[in-house]
Order: sequence, then C-alpha cells, then structure tokens
Amino acid sequence: MKIKEEVLLEKQGYRLHILPSKKYKTISIVAKFKTPLRREGITERALLPHVLQKATNNHPNVREFQSSFENLYGTVLSSDGTKKGENHVISFRMEVVNEAYLNDQEPILEEALKLFNEVLYAPKVEGEGFDSSIVEREKQTLEQKITSVKDDKMSYANMRLMDHMCKDEPYSLHVSGYQEDISSITPESLYTYYRSMIKNDLLDVYVIGDIDQAEIEKMTDQYFIRENSSNQDNDQVSTSKDVQEVNEVVEREEVNQGKLHIGYRTYTKFGDSDYYALQIFNGLFGGFPSSKLFMNVREKHSLAYYAASRFESHKGLLLVFSGVDPKDYQQAKSIILEQMDAMQDGDFTEEQVEETKEQVIHQLQETMDNANGIIEVLYHQMISGAEMPVNDLIEQIRKVTKQDVVAIANKIKLDTIYFLTSLEGGE
Amino acid sequence: MEELVYDQINETVYTETMDNGLKVFLLAKPEMAKTFGIFTTNYGSIDQTFTPIGQDEKVTVPEGIAHFLEHKLFEKEDRDVFQDFTKLGASANAFTSFTKTAYLFTATSQIEKNVETLLNFVQDPYFSEESVEKEKGIIAQEIRMYDDQPDWRSFFGTIQSLYHQHPVKVDIAGTVDSIQNITKDDLYTCYETFYHPSNMVLFVAGNIEPEAMMKQIRENQNSKEFPAAPEINRSYPEEPTEVAKANNSITMPITTAKAMVGVKEKVTHLTGKELLRAELLSSMILDYYFSKSGAFYEELYRNDLIDDSFQFETELDRQFGFTILGGDTRKPEEMTKRVKEMLHELKENSISDEDFTRMKRKKIGQFMRALNSLEFIANQFTHYHTLGVDLFDVLPVIESLTSKDAEEYLQHWINEEAISVFQVKPQENE
Repeated sequence: MKIKEEVLLEKQGYRLHILPSKKYKTISIVAKFKTPLRREGITERALLPHVLQKATNNHPNVREFQSSFENLYGTVLSSDGTKKGENHVISFRMEVVNEAYLNDQEPILEEALKLFNEVLYAPKVEGEGFDSSIVEREKQTLEQKITSVKDDKMSYANMRLMDHMCKDEPYSLHVSGYQEDISSITPESLYTYYRSMIKNDLLDVYVIGDIDQAEIEKMTDQYFIRENSSNQDNDQVSTSKDVQEVNEVVEREEVNQGKLHIGYRTYTKFGDSDYYALQIFNGLFGGFPSSKLFMNVREKHSLAYYAASRFESHKGLLLVFSGVDPKDYQQAKSIILEQMDAMQDGDFTEEQVEETKEQVIHQLQETMDNANGIIEVLYHQMISGAEMPVNDLIEQIRKVTKQDVVAIANKIKLDTIYFLTSLEGGE
Repeated sequence: MEELVYDQINETVYTETMDNGLKVFLLAKPEMAKTFGIFTTNYGSIDQTFTPIGQDEKVTVPEGIAHFLEHKLFEKEDRDVFQDFTKLGASANAFTSFTKTAYLFTATSQIEKNVETLLNFVQDPYFSEESVEKEKGIIAQEIRMYDDQPDWRSFFGTIQSLYHQHPVKVDIAGTVDSIQNITKDDLYTCYETFYHPSNMVLFVAGNIEPEAMMKQIRENQNSKEFPAAPEINRSYPEEPTEVAKANNSITMPITTAKAMVGVKEKVTHLTGKELLRAELLSSMILDYYFSKSGAFYEELYRNDLIDDSFQFETELDRQFGFTILGGDTRKPEEMTKRVKEMLHELKENSISDEDFTRMKRKKIGQFMRALNSLEFIANQFTHYHTLGVDLFDVLPVIESLTSKDAEEYLQHWINEEAISVFQVKPQENE
C-alpha cells in the first residue's frame, strides 16, 4: 500500500496535516473544531454550520456567495457536527478540482482557500451579532430538522436507544440540538458562542491531494492562522458505565417494520491493546455478510433484510440493529442474544478468524483510498492519542488470535434492548 | 484489445468484445489499493413482458422478479457466494434498477480470483423451490423497510403519478403480494433470456494489469458454452405523453410533509449523444435556478416553502424519463403551486453567457470530483455504454454547450400536461 507519510506541523493556532497523494483529481481541505460534548451550547453548535455557510462580510449576498463557489469549478463546501466519543467536532470540508486537469490557468485553489477563510473567520456580521435574517431562517430550518428526525425510523430508533442506554452520560446528547433551546438563541448569543469556539476549540486542518508541501504551507499560513489561540487540547475522556441490569424498552409508533436495536458496552476503546480483537469480534458477530447475525437472523430464519453490528470506538459501545416484523420480536431478540453467547463460547473457527482479519484489513485499505476516509482515520488516531502508521495497524490486526476474540467477547456486557414497534405489535 | 485514451483526464480504458458477445472494459489505476469489478446485465425491473429465449409467445412475469433473481444468484446448491468473496478478503454486493441488474465486488488482494468468482457465480445459476420460498420472507422485510421511508414513498409516488402503464411505475422490489407468485421456473426463464453474455458488460477498475486481466477473462469466457446470442424481444405498453394523475397524495405517520413536483420527459426519440446533451442541459438549467445560488431556490427558501432537504434530479433512459423536484415543506400547497409556476417560467427567462459559463464550470467540477471514485467510473461508464454514450465524452460535450442550446432546450421541455404533484401528508392526529 502506498500511503505517503503524513506531514504534521504545529502552526499558530492550529495543527496542519499535509497528505500528498496522487490518487485524486481534486484537493480536499478539512478543518475540524473539537470541544467537550456538553448540553450547554449543543444547539448553537448544530446551528452554526448552517449559518456560517450562508454568507460572509466580503460576500454578504447568499446567492452571490454560492455563485463564487460555482465559478471555482464547482468547489464544494459542506459542514456538519458529530460526536467523537464524548467530544463534539464541527467539520468544514472543501473539495477543489486540481488545476492540473483544467484548461484554465486560474489559481482555483488559492481563491477557494480565501473563501474558506472567510467562512471560518469573517462571517457576515451586523453589530455584535450574525446577520439576523440568516439566523432567523436557519433557526427554522434547524427546528424542522430536529422534529423530522422521527421520520427516519432507523436513525430515530438509534437515537432512542442512546437516550435510554446513556441517559446520564454526555454521549446521549443529540447532535442536531434541542427544540426548546431554539427560541432563546439570538444573532448576538450565537455570535458570542461562535467567537469562543473559534478561540478555544482544538483545530486540526488536513490537506490531501496531489500537492506541494511548501506551496500549501504558504497558503494555509495565510488563511488558517489563529492569532489569539494557543490551540490547547481540551479532550473529555468518555465514561464507561458498569451495567447493573439489562434494560428492555418497547416503544410504539405507526410503523410497518419493527426496529430492533441492542446496545452493549465493550469497555474497549481505540488505542487499547484489545481494540484489534474487538475489530475481529465485530466482523465475526455482525460486521459482514459472513457474520453470525447476517447468517442466522437473515439467511437461516428469514426474519430480516438487515441484521448487523457496529462499534463506537471512543465511547466503547457495540450496537446491533435489525428491521423485523413486529410479530417476530421475541424470536429475533433471542436469536441475536444467542449469537453473542456463541461468540462468548468461542463457537467459531480459526479459519473464520483468519478470513475476518483479511476482511477488516481490506476495509481499512479501501478506506485509505478515499480522501475523507484517510482524514477520518488519522483524526481518529490523533484525538485518541494512539497514532500508528497503517502498516502497523494491519500488523496488529494480523496478530489477533481466537483466544483474544473470545476474551473480548466475554468482556462485552449487554446493556439495553430497544424495540420500536407498531401500535398493535406483540411484545 | 482496443485502447481508448482520454488525454485531458489522463485515463486509458481497454476494451474487448468476447466471442460470446460479452463486452469488457478495464481501467488501470495502479495508485489505488482497491479494485472494483461490476458485472451488469441490461435487464431491470421494467423488463416484465418479453418473449423468452427459444419460445414464440410473450410472457409477463411477476413484479419484482429482476430484484428477486438478483438475491437468488448469490445462493448456490452448496453455499452462499458471499462466503466465497469473504474467503478472498473481498466484499460483494448487487443492485437492481429500472433497467439494470449489477453484481459487484471490491478487493485489495487476490484480484484475479475475485474476478473469476464474479464471472462464475453470475454465469452459474442454481434456483430451488425451497430457497425461493425462503427468500420471500427476507425480501418482504426489505419492502417493509422501504414502506416506512417517506423519502422513498414520495419518490415512487411521484413516478406512479407520472405513468399510466409503463412498468417504471412498479416498485423495483415488487410488492409483498407480487413476490409470493414467483417460482423457480420464472427465475430460470428470466435468467436464460437476459443473462446471455451478449446482453452483459463487465467493468473492472483499479489496481490491475489490463493485458493479463483481459487474457484471464477471455480464457474464462472461452471455457464456457453459451447458445448463439439471442435477439431479446422486450415489450412495453404504449404510454401517453400526459401524466396519469396531475395531483395525488398519501398520508403517513410523519412530522413534516413532503411535496414533489414531477415532470414526465419525452425520451423515446433520443439517441446516444442527444440523450447525454438533454441530461446535461436539464441538470444545468435546474442547477441554475434551483440550486443554492439560484433565484428560484432563494425565493422558495426565503418564504419557508422549502428547507435544505430540497432536491432535484433528472433521470433519462431510452424508455422513460422524469425530473423530480421537492423535499420537506411546511406549506405543501403553496410550495407545489409555486414550483409549477416556476417550471413554466423557465421558458420565458434566459440565461446570460456569463451565468451559463459558470454552470459549465460547476458541471465540469462535479464530473472531476466524481472521477475520484472507481465505483462512479465503472457504474456510469456501463450505464452510458448501454445507452450508446461514452462516459468520457461528458467533458467535451459540456465544453461544447452554449446558452443558446439551453434556450432551445427550454422551448420544448415542460408542458402543463407533463407535470404531476405528489404529496406525503402527515396524519391528522400527529
């Protein structure tokens, strides 16, 4: 695999990561602002990406601002907020066509970075606040987004599982914010929040593409510098709760298909020595079509179209999700729980362990072909303080034994079983 | 083996037609770790009525059968093919669309064996009564999952409003009822008619050696016996140019209404490059007015008629075509009324040269971004190939377009009789 070394530089107010790669016809620039996940400010953080993308002091007209991106060969800017364990990260992503592939001789990248700079540091301001009409309109948009979470049943069931399972932990906070906060947010209060974010959040900037380091540094030095920030890490370490007893929750909505979501605690995080075994465990349990969940819930019993698992590696959770007929709840639940028992009993072969390693490695290598994928892997490592070149990661995965997988399976604790079912569906 | 060289984007595609009629395309990307292979038959959910190979009478098969067949090809007498790919450290998948069924894998090692596995499993069907029955429960849950998705329901509801007869209005997976009638014999009938190599395309892109790979594919295909290439006789009902229902709606237990405006496209007269031009022009025109920089978007957004879930798309094929605009809205009546008016206003407005150049640049950028993805290249190349278009002609065609072309296109694009409005309404008690 040809992943060139990442160049990491401590700059004034941010860390710069340069990743030269010939895989892409575009250059991607990502800026990530991280802070501890807290109830206070979460709705502001959900609203900010919407507001900041609308206009800047230099381009105060929304349409004209969008047009300037289009003129730069459809440069795209997007922004969103996500949880990384019990931290909150706002990412701004920009993708620009590499000038080498254009007939034009214009400096597309530099112009695009100027716009990026304006979005981050020079938003459209009136007095001591953001533009009030933009804020008002984006508050409505956010409110609509919050209320319609319920319309996507898979995300809704996942959110409800977290609400129940992590009730008193920051992890259960909703990244899309809270409806009750919206009315009290003003253009001024949002601007105040924004200023503290720009000053105090930990900022990492990634640039990937067919680029020259010196040239990129010259531009980023100009466009990402934060004069008044020391860029201190403010990481909030995720809590791992002991499970006292299994919680079973059934909720009802008018649905055709029931959503069965089950949460476990793994007590293993990224950077822990048994993290690699957890990856193999997940592959065998529910990560691939060859896994126990897929083979048993779907193929053997025809109960579902999908039955899978994934793990959250900052918080230490393992989540199972499946869509089943409301009448099949008990059967599907016991089949899923039996698969975990089988994993704990070591009911799988050495050969399956080896195959799963290859699949996990394949998945990792595939991720490293994708610009955003590479950035996510590296950022993930960075904020966990567990940096490791991809080849070492692969080596660690290869070392996992069946015993290691059984050991991690026995460390995993069932926490909450959540079923979103129809109004009249059985329990 | 023929070489197609595309200088501007620095890519080369190798192609060959096998003796049995299979078209093969290879694209080497040695800088990638991954290889993506996709084996596509020109057969989808709309191919419901046809004359089976070796017979004289037309048959009509149950709705959802192409998708059902896609599921069942993975199951063999002694094993599940997913496991074969698993053993090779690869991941496999498949999808069925209106006009195509495709089987695919991604792998970062043992590429030759993965290509072999892909070709062999698709070309060696095994259907049994028992496994057909078993699949019905799985697909029923797949259909139920879509039934709960308001976005899917609004998309399909719009198509169903646009079309009277054409099977594009039939849900790709069929219905829970229609799939109950599918038998093993139906699957064999469809398979034998539509999975002949001459009706199929193989595209492999990624970390490969084109010469060696082409040789391997040639040997694989020459080792198998196929009957002479049949001429496939498909039949589609007469479809009027006007829409089936100008207004329609369903209710669902949702919090926010969804409203869509659909346009039924006239496509049957279009061939290769014209189809591509039409596709590019309609997407650039819609972009100009309805993307975030557009005057119409701005008005709709400012008046709270749409939010950022608003989307638009045009899909053109030989048999059918549609444009759909819409998303979540708090004011579905006002929104659809205004969007309809806007579609009529398109004709009266013109796009300046400067603005049109901007839209061309945007389109070029979009295309270049998409070229980062092996999956996009392989899928889209195959799709365009079956329509008689070369994917890498997209750039020169964009370059050649002018604001005058857009103006001309607008003159006979949208008529009142071709517009449908479809809403998904929240239930009253919610």
